Amino acid sequence: MKILLVDDEEELVSTLAERLSFREIDADWVTSCEDALKKVETEKYDIAVLDVKIPRISGIELGRRLKEKDPEMRFIFMTGHASDDDFRAGSAEVGADYYLVKPVNIELLIEKMKKVLED
Amino acid sequence: MNNQWEIIGGEGLLFFGKMSASISHEIKNVLAIINENNGLIEDYTVMAEKGAPFDPGKFRSLAEKVALQIRRADGIIKNMNTFAHSIDEPAKSIDLSDFLGFAQALFARFAVMKGIALEPKPSESNLMITTSPFFLLNLIWFCLDLSMDAAGPEKTVGLSARKTDTGAQIGFTGLKDLGKVLTGEFPGEKEKPMLELLKAEIKIEEEIGEIMLNLPRDIGL
Repeated sequence: MKILLVDDEEELVSTLAERLSFREIDADWVTSCEDALKKVETEKYDIAVLDVKIPRISGIELGRRLKEKDPEMRFIFMTGHASDDDFRAGSAEVGADYYLVKPVNIELLIEKMKKVLED
Repeated sequence: MNNQWEIIGGEGLLFFGKMSASISHEIKNVLAIINENNGLIEDYTVMAEKGAPFDPGKFRSLAEKVALQIRRADGIIKNMNTFAHSIDEPAKSIDLSDFLGFAQALFARFAVMKGIALEPKPSESNLMITTSPFFLLNLIWFCLDLSMDAAGPEKTVGLSARKTDTGAQIGFTGLKDLGKVLTGEFPGEKEKPMLELLKAEIKIEEEIGEIMLNLPRDIGL
């Protein structure tokens, strides 16, 4: 399984990538939409884990653009939304199974990754 | 007058909600980073328990990263507290240069999300005015929101404070696309009652790409 992590918080994605590598999951990370779109030109990813709120375009719009480049790519979204109402609204937009609230539990993230690939 | 207060109060509440939501997002990001660093400490510990070599340097580095995020959260919460207390008094004496620096920090995340750099320009120090801090922040936000859309290809908005004969002025500069984004009325219906409350005035110079917010020395409340 090869993963692309996208969040403008470098410290978050770089650390998460290192932790995933300890669990034998190959993860690359970028901190901008532009870099994410460039990355998929040369690499093939099974799943992109995207922050919903990234600078310039939303994570959901980035997902659409990545999907155009690689129709087989699957997505999981991370959000900093803090309230239950925010969570319900966000998960309704992208699908509750693929939506995680920060701070993310890594074991839950891996579980979602497996599920998204099965689906 | 009642209708004006309804508009001001309603806009003020919307503004308060918008800022609170943005601050909570920022804090969530800090917590997410601390969470990952904490997880990494746990991972290294489990590996060391299984016989992997223990590297104190890695733990020191992680402790430094956590300390950095704690300082970041402290700054965010300090700004949040200042913002929350900005509504306490109807009018207060403030140093406009310092206040503009605070506003810039408060609105930084919105600028990042729009891909805009906020650039403080040299401002006059000891620029004391008496105003309503909360509604001035709200009015600065209205001007800044428009300014960020008007920033043009350089994606930079300059911010400055200067003295005038009757008080002080905040300048939003570098707005190369001001002509393009000014399609509706500005200041419009939501800004006008706030301008009246603050006895302020907005001047727009399309040609030089600047919005000027003129403020009196004392709003006299």
